[in-house]
Amino acid sequence: MWKLEARPEPSAFWRIASPLLALVLTVILGVLLFLALGKDPVKGLQVFFWEPIRSAYALGELVVKATPLLLIALGLALCFRSNVWNIGAEGQYVMGAVFAAGVALLADKTSGAWFFIPVLLAGVVGGMCWAAITAWLRDRFHANEILVSLMLVYVAIMVLGFLVYGPWKDPLGYNFPQSKTFEAATQVPRLFKGSRVNIGVLLALAGVAAMWVFLFRTRTGWAQQISGLAPAAARYAGFSSRRAIWLALLVSGACAGLAGALEVAGPIGQLTPYVPVGYGFAAIIVAFVGRLHPVGMVFSAILMSMFYIGGELAQSRLGLPKSLTGVFQGLLLFCLLACDVLMNYRLRLAPVRAKAGA
Amino acid sequence: METYALLFAATLSAGTVLAIAALGLLINEKAGIVNLGAEGMMLCAAIAAYAAVVHTGSDLLGFLAGMGAGGFLALIFGVLVIGLNTNQYATGLALSLFGAGFSAFVGTGYVQASLPERISYEVPYLADLPVVGLALFRQHPMVYLVIGFTLALIWFLERHRAGLVLRAVGESPQSAHALGYPVRRIRLAAVVCGGALCGLAGAYISVIYTPLWVEGMIAGKGWIALALTTFATWRPARILLGAYLFGGVTMLQFHLQATGVEVPSQFLSMLPYVATIVVLALISRNPQWIRVNMPASLGKPFYPGA
Amino acid sequence: MNQNSYSGLPSDEFSSSARPSNTALLELRNISKRYPAVLANDRVSLQVMPGQIHAILGENGAGKSTLMKIIYGAVQLDQGDIRFDGKPVHIRNPQQARALGISMVFQHFSLFDTLSVAQNVWLGLDKSLSLAEVSRHIRDKAAAYGLDLEPDRPVHTLSVGEMQRVEIIRALLCEPRLLILDEPTSVLTPQAVDKLFAVLRQLVAEGCSILYISHKLHEIRALCTHCTVLRGGKVTGECDPREQSNASLSQMMIGSEPAALVHSERTPGQLVLDVSQLSLTSPDPFGTRLSAVDVQVHAGEIVGIAGVSGNGQRELLYALSGEDTRAASDSIRLGGLAVGKQGPLQRRALGLHFVPDERLGRGAVPSLSLAHNLLLTRSEAVSGSGWINMSALSVQAQAIIAKYQVKAGGPQAPAQSLSGGNLQKFIVGREVDAKPKLLIVSQPTWGLDVGAAAQIRAALVALRDAGCAVLVVSEELDELFELCDRMHVMAQGCLSPSLARSQATVEKIGSWMSGLWSDTETRVS
Repeated sequence: MWKLEARPEPSAFWRIASPLLALVLTVILGVLLFLALGKDPVKGLQVFFWEPIRSAYALGELVVKATPLLLIALGLALCFRSNVWNIGAEGQYVMGAVFAAGVALLADKTSGAWFFIPVLLAGVVGGMCWAAITAWLRDRFHANEILVSLMLVYVAIMVLGFLVYGPWKDPLGYNFPQSKTFEAATQVPRLFKGSRVNIGVLLALAGVAAMWVFLFRTRTGWAQQISGLAPAAARYAGFSSRRAIWLALLVSGACAGLAGALEVAGPIGQLTPYVPVGYGFAAIIVAFVGRLHPVGMVFSAILMSMFYIGGELAQSRLGLPKSLTGVFQGLLLFCLLACDVLMNYRLRLAPVRAKAGA
Repeated sequence: METYALLFAATLSAGTVLAIAALGLLINEKAGIVNLGAEGMMLCAAIAAYAAVVHTGSDLLGFLAGMGAGGFLALIFGVLVIGLNTNQYATGLALSLFGAGFSAFVGTGYVQASLPERISYEVPYLADLPVVGLALFRQHPMVYLVIGFTLALIWFLERHRAGLVLRAVGESPQSAHALGYPVRRIRLAAVVCGGALCGLAGAYISVIYTPLWVEGMIAGKGWIALALTTFATWRPARILLGAYLFGGVTMLQFHLQATGVEVPSQFLSMLPYVATIVVLALISRNPQWIRVNMPASLGKPFYPGA
Repeated sequence: MNQNSYSGLPSDEFSSSARPSNTALLELRNISKRYPAVLANDRVSLQVMPGQIHAILGENGAGKSTLMKIIYGAVQLDQGDIRFDGKPVHIRNPQQARALGISMVFQHFSLFDTLSVAQNVWLGLDKSLSLAEVSRHIRDKAAAYGLDLEPDRPVHTLSVGEMQRVEIIRALLCEPRLLILDEPTSVLTPQAVDKLFAVLRQLVAEGCSILYISHKLHEIRALCTHCTVLRGGKVTGECDPREQSNASLSQMMIGSEPAALVHSERTPGQLVLDVSQLSLTSPDPFGTRLSAVDVQVHAGEIVGIAGVSGNGQRELLYALSGEDTRAASDSIRLGGLAVGKQGPLQRRALGLHFVPDERLGRGAVPSLSLAHNLLLTRSEAVSGSGWINMSALSVQAQAIIAKYQVKAGGPQAPAQSLSGGNLQKFIVGREVDAKPKLLIVSQPTWGLDVGAAAQIRAALVALRDAGCAVLVVSEELDELFELCDRMHVMAQGCLSPSLARSQATVEKIGSWMSGLWSDTETRVS
């Protein structure tokens, strides 16, 4: 009979292999799903894994989608490592977009090309402010940050709705709920001609390096993680859990807010009710699949981006609903959690009990 | 006067949804497991129930389909969390995210579909009473069933030996295991029961409460139900009262909109969520109080060891 | 040192010679149990005769608890078989054990804090009795054996000794033929130990046999009629403990007699720690309140705090280490400075180091390497700007590993891969190596094998000789007698006056553990 036996130490091999195995399992389940829906599985896999990397333009789109995912995931990784469960990154993303839009709307035809900088900074501030609400409620009232940050997502989306249906609605917009299109000066500079890739990717990669150094080479970053690994030890050492909560949430809010600002001042170019697309939630999966490690999350962000693009293509090419993306994302996380078991346990055949006489 | 009676009736109905889900989560949490996948289970159950009623016309089958969907998802969750000891919070989140995506995916075909005509229920004689009849006795049977279930659950947890065993498992699974109780089986049973109840709540929403299907229609009620179990300090009676309170807040927003109050609709729509935050903050203020009432092993993994 | 002061009837009167039967009640044949890292039981065979009080003696880690759990059905054996009353049995779970008549009182209680005594007992019984009937039975049994217990009280309101009584009554209500007790006296005052022995003897007189697990030699010699000695998972000897001396039993238990600790007289230096009138409510609703605690520790002396856990030691240690900063500022003075409101980092900067009783999870982070675990309390490898110098950290960890003979896979080995003794050696080494002015240690050798325990005690004495002030909180009276110059007793949140070691006896300490010290006893200042 098969039995799960605890390993004396977590397996280093499975730390890397587990996400890969999870991906394989997800693909297998995906193939089964395509078959059940009466669609050609080869075409389905092609749409998800080949099309997004086929051309330079496609790669550019991949990066455009991966950038906000990676940014948000960086902040979330810090949170999860500190045992602060910030599930409301979506709300912080939205508020970052809102603050960024607020500053962007101040620009006019004469604004200089540097205007995107205060727009992005406003996004950072917006995300931080929204996350600060959660941090304050957790710090002062011990309120569970999972529920608070999640409720704030709904509130943020309604604030957005209020603004685009109300005070910020474009008077020339035929009564559609959207803000004015932002001036060109507020647009985040693009990197390559013919592609929508902008400097956001540089910011994200800089974030990866900065997060790596912070987590693994600084005492503060190390102390932050002790709160997540062993709270009693953190207390024993004298690390302030209050400071850990604030630091984790503010950094995470800043990252999510920046991502929101980049989207709104980049690909979207205006504020609409469709700004929240679930990046804040998908980034949770990016963080876990990337093992909460800055470098790992680069890969998982690209993978998740492929799921997004694949979902869109599946809709246009195969007639499947776009929400297929969500299904795959959820499946991937489930498979990852199951495969992670192999990191801490070994599958063994239980020894047959020897009977010494009867 | 009549508007208040109607408001009260609507509050009971709205509260019933939260109550069913929160009582299911209570059973989970009494055993020491926190299932953050409530929202996902409710969404999948809502579409399962809706589809079942669209195809068969039977409300009862709809409810059963919803319970089945919730129970099945909870079973997967339970196997991962109890059998393989995966992190409860992460796995619950995965369930919510998956449930959101899967329900949206499956439900695309049902957005245009409509249910057979909804019956309005009345308690004979009592429904004709002035005011009170309107307020209390023109409800779907589920509203009364929930009240009965709450009382049964209170009795079960306090008096019945199985209820005591459940509480013991949530209090200290190691001790229960040392005494020889099948801790993992009991927890799995609790999780599946809880999931079935969340499924029932989801079914009630899509079949009775707002009989339609729209992606994401649960709109956070699963999360509010989770919050409800915490600020009702894990007592069934308080959960029921809290659920009605929240139902009232939700109804208040519609009432205010209808009476033309000069507040943008979005701010009124925020009321239930802001109310959740406020109550959560007030209740959690005293960590000692939570500690005394919370099942001690909530959220922690259990390793049988042997 | 006065260790043989347990009063009560000598065990001779209830020896097995009164019983006619010759079949063993319980027979274990070649029991083996393997865990991933260790062979816990290696072909263990033993026999428990009816009417015996049978001791299982062995140091920590010898495999005693595992063996008992196999008998009780909580753990499954890998090889071997068990006979009860001469018939072979397979004990697959505790319910089957109870059905046979085997009951167990665990070392770590299997109780549910928020439930009442009666509810706890009810859960431990398999018979279909109502709660009211169980309450009645509890009162009857309690009266029959002189164990004071109220069935309706919630368990979290009980003292640790009372909690053990619940466990015992729960075991007795199963009408056991064999009662297993796993290290029952660590939570008892010496007087309560006598009472327990009286209950056990009464049980034997009524026909029950007893398996008594312990590593305390004098208890076994005072109570038991037969002894099986385990070492490293194997049986290394059997004897009648009444005919043995501490030295001979120790020889069987660890292969040699432990080296006696050389304890020279020293004159204490200046005052390092001054705790005066420290009063504090507990943050834990089930905790103990501290009232007007007074203790002083000077350089070059070891002061001990005795007492069964649950009397406020945990709260006092949190206040002293700085993990709890609610104390009045000047109620705790370190080298003259008021530190009551300062956190652990500031107190460490003033020379206060602390070894907690929880090793994995508080003293060390289980999944991190030994090198990383240094960063909890030592910052020599961290530059001023916060940059961690990984190689310096590794070198520092290696030095501690070498100096304190920690058996580990190197500085990168995760803390959870070390045995309890080696981890404790590392943690103690980490704190001692910091050259503290004051070292506070809680339960320094709990659960450790004799070798590691001796090393740690020697390290503490060496530290004292070097001029450090040392405060030891321990449940083991023997250890305190061995180490300390002066002792206090903690009872119900109050601290007794100090007692010089030369004037301390087990009876006195025992009665002080019940809070019975007179206020006129003068303080040694």
